[in-house]
Amino acid sequence: MTWTAAGVQLAHFWIFGAIAIASALLFVTRRSPVAAALWLVNTMFCLAALYVLLEAPFVGAVQVLVYAGAIMVVFLFVVMLLNLGRDDARLDLREPGVRGAALLVGLLLAVELVVASRTPAEATAPLPAAEGTNVVAPVARALFTEHLVAFEVTSVLLLAAIVGAVALARRESPASRGPAVPEGPAA
Amino acid sequence: MSEPTGLAWVALSFAKLLAIFVVYLGTVAYTTLAERRISAWIQDRHGPNRVGPQGLFQPIADGIKNLLKEETIPGSASPWLFVLAPALAFVPAFVTWAVIPWGAPLPTPWGTISLAVADLPVGFLFILAISSLGVYGITLAGWSSNNKYSLLGGLRSSAQMVSYEIAMGLSTIPVLLLAGNVAMGDIVAQQQATSWNAVLLSVAFLTFLVSAFAETNRLPFDLPEAESELVAGYHTEYSAMKYSMFMIAEYANMMTAGAFISTLFLGGWDIPFTTWDSTGAPSALKSAATFAMLYAKTLFWLFFFIWVRWTLPRFRYDQLMALGWRVLLPLLLAYIVLIASVLLALDAVGIGRGGAYVATLFGVNVAVVAVVAFWLDRGRLVSPAASRLQVQELERLRQVAARRAAIAAAGSRGT
Repeated sequence: MTWTAAGVQLAHFWIFGAIAIASALLFVTRRSPVAAALWLVNTMFCLAALYVLLEAPFVGAVQVLVYAGAIMVVFLFVVMLLNLGRDDARLDLREPGVRGAALLVGLLLAVELVVASRTPAEATAPLPAAEGTNVVAPVARALFTEHLVAFEVTSVLLLAAIVGAVALARRESPASRGPAVPEGPAA
Repeated sequence: MSEPTGLAWVALSFAKLLAIFVVYLGTVAYTTLAERRISAWIQDRHGPNRVGPQGLFQPIADGIKNLLKEETIPGSASPWLFVLAPALAFVPAFVTWAVIPWGAPLPTPWGTISLAVADLPVGFLFILAISSLGVYGITLAGWSSNNKYSLLGGLRSSAQMVSYEIAMGLSTIPVLLLAGNVAMGDIVAQQQATSWNAVLLSVAFLTFLVSAFAETNRLPFDLPEAESELVAGYHTEYSAMKYSMFMIAEYANMMTAGAFISTLFLGGWDIPFTTWDSTGAPSALKSAATFAMLYAKTLFWLFFFIWVRWTLPRFRYDQLMALGWRVLLPLLLAYIVLIASVLLALDAVGIGRGGAYVATLFGVNVAVVAVVAFWLDRGRLVSPAASRLQVQELERLRQVAARRAAIAAAGSRGT
């Protein structure tokens, strides 16, 4: 049955790869921020499917959980909260200068991709042996032993970003302070 | 214990899919009837009892009614997203069912199969990931309706569900610490080997339960559709089958939450006080009995959701957020550190997974629950309706009221 399995995998790759690319194109060409955000969610979902195909179900699940399920929801929340959802010329970033810059970056990435795929890969360490059905343990072991410093530094960076966001959000100018309103009974 | 391969595997997977789908949809349909009958019972009324014996055919009548009613799309709505939103709410609610192991492995002539439709190695994360997508349906329904009440409902739901996802995710971390894996089967096996996680991790169990109410948008946390403030919230503009799809998604999410709580904290398909179900060769009888066990646990949670809905009043929105961010989040962070330390200490002392292990963890949990309950019952963040006010607190409230009255009086003089 091996040829069938390979066929299914190939079909899986082509279907989700095609959807991912189509969604990404729609993402950059939509006018409405809400539509663009939804196409980006679709792209991320397809990437998760491709991770699963690469036998990395943990990465796939985390991709959906973090990007599609949390970050994009917050994006959408902000778009809706500021009511930016309707077509708005001020938000349309598709002016010539921006397009040119995007094209340049896109070309650079394409060149990098071609170069990277042509150069023979460095010898990488063999994949850690799967521990039974446990797909999380190898990732955890690498994170908490070999890459511990990078992991901790990243978490401190994220913490700093959170504190910074809160500080920015709470900063109020003296002018914006209204009359002192007494606090409610239950704070 | 060999697994079926090739065509047999495909056929058996389809059979499992069909069986679980039928059981789930049937249960969801009858939960709507149960909700109405139980609410009637709680409020001392009759409830729907005219269609068939004791109203048993009411869900069928409701379904036909919803299919035959007129679908309306508001003129100013975004037509694509307005139609897409119910589907986005509906699909994740159904997909999460796939990874819940519904019973002991079933022997078939082609090999032994797991009673989960897809026995994924990341089953647990799969449920969290897919259920986090359910918020899109509600948010987009609110936004695309182009109605202020819908929009408010959608905004509330996205803030509420993202906030409580954190509490939900954190309360499952102690479970993972004990099980050492994210596969649902391993979590069930760990509970069979020691004791149910509701005993070992009572605090996480309670916080998970609270988060489950918020994630399924059930009272006392149904702020996205608070009908006394928002008409009907995010589905104000929906009619007929599209409206019905939101309702089906809500009940499907309740059932998933019930099965998920049972699997994580109540031993899954484990039958208590016996090891007959989890040891020895698999048999059809074992599969049937363990399936009935998990089904009964899930039905209990469905009843519990309904019971709470018709007992407690709705929270205010700031109370909901305060509970999530100021109570559950710090509590769970501290609890994870505590449980990890206790587990390390137990390892260091050399206590294996036996009676002393269970007793220690249970004692730690009882202590934490007692402290938290005492601290919460201060009438501050989550004010219980019957809490007695301190004299100083009463004085402060009176001053607040007096200052407000003064400001209001000044304002009315000014205009």
